[in-house]
Amino acid sequence: MTALLELKNLRRAFYGLEVLRGVDFAVAAGGITGLIGPNGAGKTTLFNVVSGLVPPDTGSIRFEGRDIAGAAPDVVSRAGLVRTFQVARGFPKLSVFQHLMLYGRNQPGENLLQAIVGSRAAREREAALAERAWETAHFLKLDHLIDNPVTALSGGQKKLLEIGRALMAEPKLVLLDEPTAGVNPTLQNEIGQRLLELPKRGITVLLIEHDMGFIAELCDPVIVMAEGRVLTQGTFEEVRNDHAVREAYLGRRAA
Amino acid sequence: MLHYILFIATIGGIYGLLALSLNLIWGSAGMVNLGLAGFFAVGAYASALATTSGGAPILAGWALALIAGGAAGLVVTLSTTRLREDYLAIVTLGFAEFVRLVAANEIWLTRGIDGISGIPGPWKAALGQDFNAVYFLIVIAVVGAVFALMRRIDRSPYGRVLRAIREDAQVAQVAGKPVLHFKAQAFALSAAIAGLAGALYGNFTSYIAPDLFLPLITVYIFLAVAAGGTGSPIGALVGAYLLMTLLESARFVVAVIPAVTAVQRAALKELLIAVTLIVVLRLMPSGLLPERIPPAPRPQTGGTT
Repeated sequence: MTALLELKNLRRAFYGLEVLRGVDFAVAAGGITGLIGPNGAGKTTLFNVVSGLVPPDTGSIRFEGRDIAGAAPDVVSRAGLVRTFQVARGFPKLSVFQHLMLYGRNQPGENLLQAIVGSRAAREREAALAERAWETAHFLKLDHLIDNPVTALSGGQKKLLEIGRALMAEPKLVLLDEPTAGVNPTLQNEIGQRLLELPKRGITVLLIEHDMGFIAELCDPVIVMAEGRVLTQGTFEEVRNDHAVREAYLGRRAA
Repeated sequence: MLHYILFIATIGGIYGLLALSLNLIWGSAGMVNLGLAGFFAVGAYASALATTSGGAPILAGWALALIAGGAAGLVVTLSTTRLREDYLAIVTLGFAEFVRLVAANEIWLTRGIDGISGIPGPWKAALGQDFNAVYFLIVIAVVGAVFALMRRIDRSPYGRVLRAIREDAQVAQVAGKPVLHFKAQAFALSAAIAGLAGALYGNFTSYIAPDLFLPLITVYIFLAVAAGGTGSPIGALVGAYLLMTLLESARFVVAVIPAVTAVQRAALKELLIAVTLIVVLRLMPSGLLPERIPPAPRPQTGGTT
């Protein structure tokens, strides 16, 4: 099996403090991979480095065999690797619909000249994307909110919208940073169900999560990070019974 | 009186162009351009020099003003790409002062503080008394065309990207948008429109000088766009005319106040304008015609509820 994403010896320090201390792992195409680890393990920093927001100090990031280490975020995104944020970030004054539309790929109407003349290609693409945006909103049960600004959404709905944006972008790989943080159990379950749909649409998922029930239900394999390195990886059961993982989470004495 | 009204309406149209220019870059893309007066001046000088000493036809002068404004805009944005966002405001403010000081001191080119007089207007000699009316129609046609252009952009996927950049440039980049490309292009277009406004101004009044391009113009246009409603082209136009009406009517209002000196009268005029704008923004914080979220086009194949 060839890896969709392959990280080799990824390092990144901030002000002399090494947050990533040589991360190595690979994500195979298809499925949902979980990334867990105690706070400060470097998970979000890893997402920032992979998505291009923060360049790595050293190491390689191969996405579909191409090295994208240090590439700008928009380049990474257009290559088919899209991320979400831990605290749902968006465009406050844009509607749910506008958010979804923005994430559509290959929009001729984003070319200034084509936007001005209203070219046929631009109109057709816009209409096709609008249809997809409606479908996506319906799928996420956000269709009744489609014209609302995102500031009117609840925390959970914002998380759902993040998934919707990922769906609109049709990425090959999506990085989800705590897709259910601060969400009630019912909606958490709802989000989980929607996430299972992503691999069926050809979207590979790598997600950071702290809720172990959620991880157990959705993720295989699970990668454990601690202190800027990969500690171990395997199925949830394997990882749960791993001595080193217990130590990392609970401290040495408890183990 | 008719001549006066035509004159004010023409200048109002030119302010309207500046407001449309600022609305594109500040209202839509969220970039603070404190150097609007500088781009206005670049256009005015480009056309004035081309049509006086250059002997070029007026249309060529206007085309040159568009290009000069756009090129200046491009230089300013590209030179600030490594700076944090707030610094763009400072650089643009500096740019406007730079333009004004060059205009005041490079006498060989700009005739310094004496300014350039005798700038030709289209068919001015032939039209005589009717010049103001014809020029007003020309300005209205240009404003109409630029307004249509801005509305098109505003409602297009391009405009959507600009808004996303305004709200959070980093997320826009993560969404796959080359942010710098959009910013530079929009800024250049906005500056080109300000340049064109400058050309229309010079060829109308026939005289330009450095002190006509003080930062106060930029402040006025910011007020116009804020009062009209940032992010909406029609709001920008309405705001510009509101401002023009205010500036001119304040003149008449203070004239009837008894027992004040001329200096006090001038100060009162400014005060009156300030108070009116504060009242407008107090009652309508998003302006008269604020940006609205366009409703999503409903799918043709029946309801989804």
